[in-house]
Amino acid sequence: MSASSHSAPGHYYVPQPSIWPIVGSVALLTLAIGAVMTMNKLDGGFPVLAVGFAILFFMMFGWFGAVIKESEARLYGKNVDLSFRWSMSWFIFSEVMFFAAFFGALGFARLHSVPDLASIDSKLLWPNFGGAWPTTGPYIDSPFSPMGAWGIPAINTALLLTSGITLTIAHHAMLAGQRSKLILWLAATIVLGCIFLGFQVYEYVHAYSDLNLKLTSGIFGSTFFMLTGFHGFHVTVGVIMLTVVLIRCMRGHFDEKHHFAFEAAAWYWHFVDVVWLGLFVVVYMM
Amino acid sequence: MASVPQDHGHDHAHDHDHHPTGLMRYLTTTNHKDIGSMYMWFSFVMFISGGIMALLIRAELFQPGLQILQPERFNQLTTLHGIVMIFGAIMPAFVGFANWMLPLQLGAPDMAFARMNNWSFWLLPPAAILLIGSFFVPGGAAAGGWTLYPPLSIQAGMGMDMMIFAVHIMGASSIMGSINIITTILNLRAPGMTMMKMPMFAWTWLITAFLLIATMPVLAGAVTMLLTDRHFGTTFFNAAGGGDPVMFQHIFWFFGHPEVYIIALPAFGVVSQIIPTFSRKPLFGYASMVYATASIAILSFIVWAHHMYTTGLPVAGQLYFMYATMLIAVPTAAKIFNWLATMWRGSITLETPMLFCLGFLFLFTMGGFTGLVLSLTPVDIQLHDTYYVVAHFHYVMVAGALFSAFAAVYYWGPKWTGWMYEEKHGKIHFWWSLIAFNVTFFPQHFLGLAGMPRRIPDYNMQFTEWNQVSSIGAFAFGTAQLYFIWIVIRMIRGKSGIRAAAKPWDGAEGLEWTVPSPAPYHTFETPPIVK
Repeated sequence: MSASSHSAPGHYYVPQPSIWPIVGSVALLTLAIGAVMTMNKLDGGFPVLAVGFAILFFMMFGWFGAVIKESEARLYGKNVDLSFRWSMSWFIFSEVMFFAAFFGALGFARLHSVPDLASIDSKLLWPNFGGAWPTTGPYIDSPFSPMGAWGIPAINTALLLTSGITLTIAHHAMLAGQRSKLILWLAATIVLGCIFLGFQVYEYVHAYSDLNLKLTSGIFGSTFFMLTGFHGFHVTVGVIMLTVVLIRCMRGHFDEKHHFAFEAAAWYWHFVDVVWLGLFVVVYMM
Repeated sequence: MASVPQDHGHDHAHDHDHHPTGLMRYLTTTNHKDIGSMYMWFSFVMFISGGIMALLIRAELFQPGLQILQPERFNQLTTLHGIVMIFGAIMPAFVGFANWMLPLQLGAPDMAFARMNNWSFWLLPPAAILLIGSFFVPGGAAAGGWTLYPPLSIQAGMGMDMMIFAVHIMGASSIMGSINIITTILNLRAPGMTMMKMPMFAWTWLITAFLLIATMPVLAGAVTMLLTDRHFGTTFFNAAGGGDPVMFQHIFWFFGHPEVYIIALPAFGVVSQIIPTFSRKPLFGYASMVYATASIAILSFIVWAHHMYTTGLPVAGQLYFMYATMLIAVPTAAKIFNWLATMWRGSITLETPMLFCLGFLFLFTMGGFTGLVLSLTPVDIQLHDTYYVVAHFHYVMVAGALFSAFAAVYYWGPKWTGWMYEEKHGKIHFWWSLIAFNVTFFPQHFLGLAGMPRRIPDYNMQFTEWNQVSSIGAFAFGTAQLYFIWIVIRMIRGKSGIRAAAKPWDGAEGLEWTVPSPAPYHTFETPPIVK
């Protein structure tokens, strides 16, 4: 690394050529082929998928490792830091729009397609369909009970809100240079996230085994599991991000002024928190 | 491009740089110029692939009846032609221009995230492999039209899965590329270059990148729902389970209509650079150009259902979407007016880039007018899914986006290669393309008005003559593009014998003309000061 010349004032750090992007492209191509094979029940789909994931994780370790090294070598000046801030903000905006598609689907189903299927226009086709929510739709005959809002989901809401507070305490500790307090509260945040995920898994098992609520339970099951499932996936990603940051904190990375990785993970965490609040209201309560 | 010398003309501490050579240079590069060139070459390869599909379609449509293609294959070709041209040819071409030119125009050393920039490009070939490869799997490629409407897309074979994953990968590429472009524009401008001093090309790309980040995830959501409906038993688009196939159209066009402007706005940016240069006058109404671009972008989010007038929208909805759509004509007309006013009393010369921009002005305006015709609900209900629609959007996509891409290659090519192109050949390419384009697509208006449906391999006898004219035009247009690549390769090899000056166009303005031609491998490592 030609550190000195790049981090001089007025210079913007431009990384050297890197193999990681092309490794990532190979990973995604392998994953896509593996997924197509698996979904179409061809032989050998799973091994291809596994290889794809292995290459992907190899790439992520390598690429993120390179970024961490560069960061610790203080190659990223003020301007690079600002670039990271813009990019993380726009990335989170793109995630918001991804969830918007699924929230939109839920809204469309509840406000338009289900009432329309129960309307006078559809009586000839579906004479017995009342259109009450939750529903499996007019043709799927597999009654289920919806997930109540005030059991585990309410506890999960409390967990995530609390994790937002513990994370903020950790951030203040970072700003004050109190390393052990930082580690403690960051670890607490991760534990809360893991408990949330554990409850989600328990809830899914409960839905499948006791409530007969499945992914195939018509439009309710589709929107319920896709929304909460993608949210759970994002919480998992957030937990991994926070864990990486925790390990870096324990190894003495970051200081009071130089810790954007922490902040980015925190922004992401608050984002999944806000999505959950939307889910809690729209999916569980309404 | 191979002719760009490595590391020439700069002498400071790059001792530790280890630039791989050969294939590894391009696989691992973090240089915006390498990546920009790769985008353009990729775009051209996909343009030829999509063009071959188009010519197969036109060959089949030369006569009524079925001659060379089975209907299933015909449907696969129309579907893949659309996706390949939009995601493979046009979008990467403009991302390539952005990669090459934005750092030069803004005085930045590179894109904000050089390594991620590499990934944005190298995600495209895997997507292309999935798309083109899908022709060779059992059941063939996706055949439901590029809009992927259910229920056809739910019923299709594994080619549709490959399409879905290709869309996911291309979406990831677009989102990363857009984050890179936005960050570069917001954060890497040279000191003194305020937002309202930026070149219009940077402004249009800033707004385009915003559109991409806002809509690509929505498309990803839509195709994910398709995938789970296909394989995991969800019923988003299945009325039996309380879903609705029309819901897909709403989600898709929430992406799809902004996508039209994702393609058009960078083209507007190119035209806004070239017309002032060859009119030797500053762009008329710069600020209004910025506001018009932003207005178009905002309006593009609230007009999507004008693609869906025949799906049984309520009348109030039809009226709303009709009026909202017409509103877009206002900022677009402001832009056309500004381009005309820029030329007014300018000392105009007609080099090839300017010719393509003039072609753009006439033909894009024509495509805009047919768009206004189609925005009228009662008219659209007659014309929906006819060749009139095909003619309309090819006037926008080909004569709009593609012509301005040609203009950009002729305009900035000397900066990339260090050589001028041969003016005579450029002009022949323009007139050849212009005439062939109109021979291909103008008759399709007549066919559509007479009721010929799109996406059907056979047609009624009365449509024969105009289809034959159209097919002849299509083959002439395709040949013109082989001529184009011959011109470009001759430019790269310096066959004109005329070295490009740092500023080869006397009316040109901007930082990109302050560096030598060809632009050195590294430029603006210390930012210039803009006054």
